Amino acid sequence: MAVARYIKDEKDRILDVILESGIHVKPVYTPKDLEGVGFSYEKDLADPGQYPYTRGIHPLGYRSRAWTTRQYTGFGTPQETNERFKLMISHGQTGLNVAFDLPTQMGYDSDDSMAEGEVGRVGMAVDTLRDFEIAFKDIRLDKIGSGLTINAVASIMLAMYQAVAEKYGYDPKVISATPQNDILKEMIGRGAWIFPVEPAVKLVGDTIEYSMKVLPRTNPVSVCGYHIRESGATPAQEIACAILIANAYIDNVIARGHDVDDFVGRFSFNLNVFGNMWEQIAKFRAARKLWARNLKEKYGVKKPENLFLRGLFGGGGYGLTKAQPENNIMRGAYYALVAALSGAQTTALCSYDEAYTIPTPHSALISLRTLQILMDEMGLRDTVDPLAGSYFIETLTKEMEHKIEEEMERINKFGGIIKAVSEGYIQRLVARQAYEVEKGLESGELLKVGVNIYKEGESMEVELHEYNWESAEKQIESLRAVKRERSQKDVTRTLKDLEVATKEGKNVMPYLVECCKAYVTVGEMTNIFRQIFGEFNEPSLF
Amino acid sequence: MEVKKRLKILIAKPGLDGHDRGAKVVAQALKEAGMEVVYSGLHRTIDQIVNMAIQEDVDVVGLSIMSGAHIPITQKLIQKMQERGISDKLVFVGGVIPTRDIQKLKDMGVAGVFPGGTPLSETIAFLQSVAKKG
Repeated sequence: MAVARYIKDEKDRILDVILESGIHVKPVYTPKDLEGVGFSYEKDLADPGQYPYTRGIHPLGYRSRAWTTRQYTGFGTPQETNERFKLMISHGQTGLNVAFDLPTQMGYDSDDSMAEGEVGRVGMAVDTLRDFEIAFKDIRLDKIGSGLTINAVASIMLAMYQAVAEKYGYDPKVISATPQNDILKEMIGRGAWIFPVEPAVKLVGDTIEYSMKVLPRTNPVSVCGYHIRESGATPAQEIACAILIANAYIDNVIARGHDVDDFVGRFSFNLNVFGNMWEQIAKFRAARKLWARNLKEKYGVKKPENLFLRGLFGGGGYGLTKAQPENNIMRGAYYALVAALSGAQTTALCSYDEAYTIPTPHSALISLRTLQILMDEMGLRDTVDPLAGSYFIETLTKEMEHKIEEEMERINKFGGIIKAVSEGYIQRLVARQAYEVEKGLESGELLKVGVNIYKEGESMEVELHEYNWESAEKQIESLRAVKRERSQKDVTRTLKDLEVATKEGKNVMPYLVECCKAYVTVGEMTNIFRQIFGEFNEPSLF
Repeated sequence: MEVKKRLKILIAKPGLDGHDRGAKVVAQALKEAGMEVVYSGLHRTIDQIVNMAIQEDVDVVGLSIMSGAHIPITQKLIQKMQERGISDKLVFVGGVIPTRDIQKLKDMGVAGVFPGGTPLSETIAFLQSVAKKG
């Protein structure tokens, strides 16, 4: 079921098309198909900007506002990252998307033995507020929003962002951060988890609750179907998991006595675009509709703008290949087209060299230009949801809606998303599917250009981003300097306050902000959590 | 009659990188090819991996590394294996490995390098040939 299949005869004529989500595609669609799925314009689509938002969340789509381009950027020291941020902004990028190195993502300081060889490697190293002061220097934090790709310690990094904004004189009310902050998906794919499920979800709840009052322009959680799909999930499972995970965070905050209308409007989604393009377009349209209906019917959300599925649709890393890497530039362009046809609010592309290395300035710029060409040359801003009314797309969107519901039902029957993640149910499912896909590539049942067909020709040399050991040493030196200069009294006091608040089950955010302002390190804050919460026990799969 | 020994392999995820799609795919493929596979789980230290290799008495250790830190991590593993007297066990490496690093890894003593995109059949064939030699 997880593998898309083409059934062909001996003359290469296609007899049947089976999409990854299990839907069969017919050779021809007519108005009869719409009748067959019970399609109604009013109920299933409505105009753009109208419930259930299948056609998009804004009445005028990209006419009123083009998408935000947000290439994933950051490496080495905060200084190097700051320079790269400015370069991307000077090239017309409209939002930042901060990459953190693995030690930071996992809550280790740069001088920790666990961090050896990884400092600044896949993103920027952040130990203390000093690093954010350097990274965000001369960036207009009231004008440009920042995605912070961090999860297990997202609460700490959001606190750090507030601290740096205040240090530079911005009112927290005007800054806009989007920490990824989706820990449940880390447990399914990507793997940057630290704490057990329950306290980890509680930390997500803390950031949402805190943002309501203190950081109203911040989007405290970006729910990621993206990485679940990268790990092997079908498009239908991607959306099913994303909605159920978002619901788990909503439930946590409602249980604290808050009204869902007061916070859910700041949720955003990060979804994946690789794969059969029709299936993806139908997926995004169905996802908007199901999310709106979920909020309205299950949670009684009242304000229309709170029903919007605001999304970053992009990336598609798994779709890119190591073989013939220049072909990935073309793949990226098609993925971007799919994202635009699906009404993405924000987008970013994996760069063509990412099967080799983190992107060079050159490859990152090609990705950005790809996105700009679509918006400014190709007419993608002309009209909203241009595929609406297609017999095929509308039939497929309805079918996809049902497939997603089936997948949600399957997880709910198992006992819900929290249980399914804690016990490895979803992990097993996606690992099995990833293996089936690999076998499909091996047998040639799945076609991949340059990989199992059209393999002739030379592959270009990829320019590698060089890891800089000196940067790592500089980072450690800088951390030592901060530790020498900071007030030990303030460090001890703020850490003690954090410890007490954590033990008492209070919202930790204000305490984290105080710690950050006292130049407490990410590792020191994380250790408090590690001691109190313990660590996630990864369910065994084999 | 001599009983053919089943090859036992530890698939390990060293360090902080959590991308495990590839490691899990390879683990399943080797299992289906008739080998015995132990999967380490995420975020393992080199000491933990070496201990697992000894406790489970595996013949081969496969490292999966996607972060770019394959050189220092592999170096550490091989050194530790020597210290603990298990350098007879073979090491292979997969993940995001640039072509120019393949020889470097082999010079350290890595028996096989399988960057992302390597057909599973190639990895299986390599391990089967290892089993025959053993």
